[in-house]
Amino acid sequence: MRRYRGLALTAAIIALLPLALPNNYYYDVAVRIGMNATMVVGLNLLIGYAGQISLGHAGFFGLGAYASALLTARYGWPPIAAMLAGMAGVGLIAFVVARPILRLRGHYLAMATLGLGIIIYMVLVNESAWTGGNDGMTVPGFSLLGVTVANERAWYWVTGAALLVAITLANNIVDSPVGRALRALHGSEVAAQVAGIDTARYKVKVFVVSAVFASAVGSMMAHYIGFITPQVSSFFHSIELVTMVVVGGMASTYGAVVGAVILTMLPQLLSSFEGYEMIVFGLILMGTVIFLPRGLLPTIAARLRKTG
Amino acid sequence: MLSQTLQYLFSGLTNGAIYALAALGFSLIYNASGVINFAQGEFIMLGGVSAVMLTSAGVPLPLAIFLAVLITAAAGLLLEKLAIEPAGNAEVVSLIIITIGASIFFQGVAQVVFGKGQRALAPFTGDAPIMLAGASLLPQSLWMIGTGAVIVLALAWFFERTRLGKALLATAHNRLAAQLVGINTRHVLAVSFVLSAALGAIAGVVSAPITLTSYDVGIMLGLKGFVAATLGGLGSAVGAVAGGLILGLMEALAAGYISSAYKDAVPFVLIILILFFMPRGLFGARVTERV
Amino acid sequence: MRRTLLHTLSGLVMAGMLAAPAFAQAPIKIGSVLSVTGPGSFLGDPEIKTFELYIEKINAEGGVLGRKLQLINYDDGTDANKANGFTKRLIEEDKVDIIIGGTTTGSTMAMVPLVEKAEIPFISLAGAVVIIEPVKKWVFKTPHTDRMAAEKVFEDMKKRGITKFGLLSENSGFGQSGKKETHAVAGKYGMQIVADEMYGPKDADVTTQLTKIKNTPGVQAIFVFGFGQGPAVVTKNYGQLGIAVPMYQSHGVASEQYIKLSGKAADGVRLPAAALLVANALPGSDAQKPVVVGYEKAYKDRFKQEVSTFGGHAYDGLMIAVGAFKRAGSTDKAKVRDAIEQTKGFVGTGGVVNMSPTDHLGLDLSAFRMLEIRNGDWTLAK
Repeated sequence: MRRYRGLALTAAIIALLPLALPNNYYYDVAVRIGMNATMVVGLNLLIGYAGQISLGHAGFFGLGAYASALLTARYGWPPIAAMLAGMAGVGLIAFVVARPILRLRGHYLAMATLGLGIIIYMVLVNESAWTGGNDGMTVPGFSLLGVTVANERAWYWVTGAALLVAITLANNIVDSPVGRALRALHGSEVAAQVAGIDTARYKVKVFVVSAVFASAVGSMMAHYIGFITPQVSSFFHSIELVTMVVVGGMASTYGAVVGAVILTMLPQLLSSFEGYEMIVFGLILMGTVIFLPRGLLPTIAARLRKTG
Repeated sequence: MLSQTLQYLFSGLTNGAIYALAALGFSLIYNASGVINFAQGEFIMLGGVSAVMLTSAGVPLPLAIFLAVLITAAAGLLLEKLAIEPAGNAEVVSLIIITIGASIFFQGVAQVVFGKGQRALAPFTGDAPIMLAGASLLPQSLWMIGTGAVIVLALAWFFERTRLGKALLATAHNRLAAQLVGINTRHVLAVSFVLSAALGAIAGVVSAPITLTSYDVGIMLGLKGFVAATLGGLGSAVGAVAGGLILGLMEALAAGYISSAYKDAVPFVLIILILFFMPRGLFGARVTERV
Repeated sequence: MRRTLLHTLSGLVMAGMLAAPAFAQAPIKIGSVLSVTGPGSFLGDPEIKTFELYIEKINAEGGVLGRKLQLINYDDGTDANKANGFTKRLIEEDKVDIIIGGTTTGSTMAMVPLVEKAEIPFISLAGAVVIIEPVKKWVFKTPHTDRMAAEKVFEDMKKRGITKFGLLSENSGFGQSGKKETHAVAGKYGMQIVADEMYGPKDADVTTQLTKIKNTPGVQAIFVFGFGQGPAVVTKNYGQLGIAVPMYQSHGVASEQYIKLSGKAADGVRLPAAALLVANALPGSDAQKPVVVGYEKAYKDRFKQEVSTFGGHAYDGLMIAVGAFKRAGSTDKAKVRDAIEQTKGFVGTGGVVNMSPTDHLGLDLSAFRMLEIRNGDWTLAK
């Protein structure tokens, strides 16, 4: 029963939050938080549990977003089919690059994923005949079986459901032999291999899973906003995603959610710091990682366990 | 035809010189601490930006350059003391995020102090281009290449002949052993950051007349510098310089003979190919990982 | 002494009491999302400054409809996603009466679906023709379109007997859109694009691309489509390479910074731009003269900086909005929208604006002047 406590709490928060949201703008922020949270729950499996860095995940996000945009806007595909096609495509790409990339460690891996993300970004910018280039392209709304998800409130429920599904999936992976293998290889890859774990296979698996998460959320975001630009694949967006994992709590699914909440609300809160946003953001980044190296949630949890 | 290729080469060498200096900075810090300093590009930016602000306040150029390097070196020291040291033995991901956070912080400060616009530094010896076999070269490019060469020689002397330099090398090879023979590795770490920052600042000052400086000029330069360092072999000074020059040349040739649209993709495609097939880079040492 | 003081005080109190009811009503809220930081800050910075300057002025002169104007601005950092989010905030949370902004086309297009759905008038400050073509009910814009820039340049090229040119476009949204429009209208003017290269806005050196264009057989001119710092680097390299054929720029360089950064190489460069840049050189009979001279003086006095057309477009947007409020006599969104659409004969910094239900820009090719840079200053091209 204990493992469902977190899930139940999250579900309760999602169900009750609307009582505190006065207008569509707040719903909008909540939806963005939800989407980011769904995405980083997947990314956390890669970075937090498996200990593999990726500085290019926004690339997968962008591929999913543009796949949905192109297939629905240009070819009239039903949105759900486009989204699934995007996920399949991205999963394939991730699978193909995963093996060679994940042979690298530490900074080399960071650099390779960075390169991948930037190349995807450049392709999206330069192939403007397909993607509309830097000026972006319009994305039709999301509809399933004739029912359109029309406004922020509807999207709130869709996103909430997606988040719960993501958390359940992530928890299942973590609590399974796969999860244990991931944590083993995080601790010491050589030791895990000595213990008989096929580390390469597990690394590839978690890389692909996190990429597919990213693609799915990318598709959702594209339909929600109704417009995308290549900025969604930018290096800075990849950094934002990694920051959510690191700040909220590595190797903690709910930590990732907390990270998403904080980082998504930050631009809104910083909007009054006219001109000083970058300074504040940089300080927060450095400060959190230096003083709370395991992230917010695990540190708080450890503190509570000590006193409790 | 020759003059066209020659022109591409000049363009490649000019850019390559900046990348080489940036790459040297990366290698220095990586050697001393194993940290990849994502804020390296910002050191280049700070150098250029400080020099521009000082000269427009009336400070004569040589003094402005000296002060700009000093200011940036101070920034490097601050970064090491306030951000890297407190982090201790943090995970690689955390260190990367810290330096990225520092990079954003420096950009933010520059944005506030310098403004959001772009400004140019006056070229050191005028901007009348030199014609060579039909291709034109700016005097400032010669300054850049020349400064790069002087710095590389100075660094070689530093590492070979001075105790501090040898201490840095020793720490790079084996930190524990260096500590055992009495080298203050923390001191070494600080020095490497200061040196790196100074290198970056010089690169920034010497390239500002050509590239125009602004608060965000460091991002791409930093990334490409890292690619150059990895190409040449992280941790190798010769590699850094070679990597920088090769990268600059390949970019120019790709833009000239293939497609100018994807010119900026060259470094990143290159880095992926290198990492897949030759992760140690051209001159990198063979690394054995201890378990 | 005491009596004068008493008189002065009571006079002030009475004046205050008389003035108070005039401003006792809620302010008219003008919402804006501008790219004050990020790559678009070249445009966004003069825009926000212009807004602040003129809203202060208007309020000091009594406001509009007896109410003060209040500016609520968010910085989207040149990110369309953020622009979208902030627009929602303006509409839902801040409940603004009108939105003027969207510095870049990307940001504007991300804002368009929201303003259409919320039925709130929106005046965009971005360039691409796609913003008003097809016409959207609630969306207007003040800057000339990229298509107009290309057409104006082609007109001038034809006059000089140029039919073949090399295009060097930036891979920013502005440059890409400009490239598309250039290709689209080249045929109409009998122009042939013999070289087609691209560069990045932050490139340090574009000698490679320029060399390719220079060596293309038959090339008679170079047309550069970009904004901000990039074209300055291009111009410097153009000078360095000693290229003989003339260079044309787009209206994306219509700011003093471009001349300062390009140096001597900018002499002889031609570009289409609003009359604002040559305010003092305009003949006295020119309808725009008083407006542009006035704006230039006010902006320079306050900010000690040269004007740019980007700030001018913000001025036009604000004034068109104010005019619409006055004509509509209220802030009712539908009435204001209609009033904007009925703007006729408005003399702005960008030209004389005549809008209609099919034209939400209201400018024609004559609103663009062909300028030439001579001795480091803007002049009207002969």
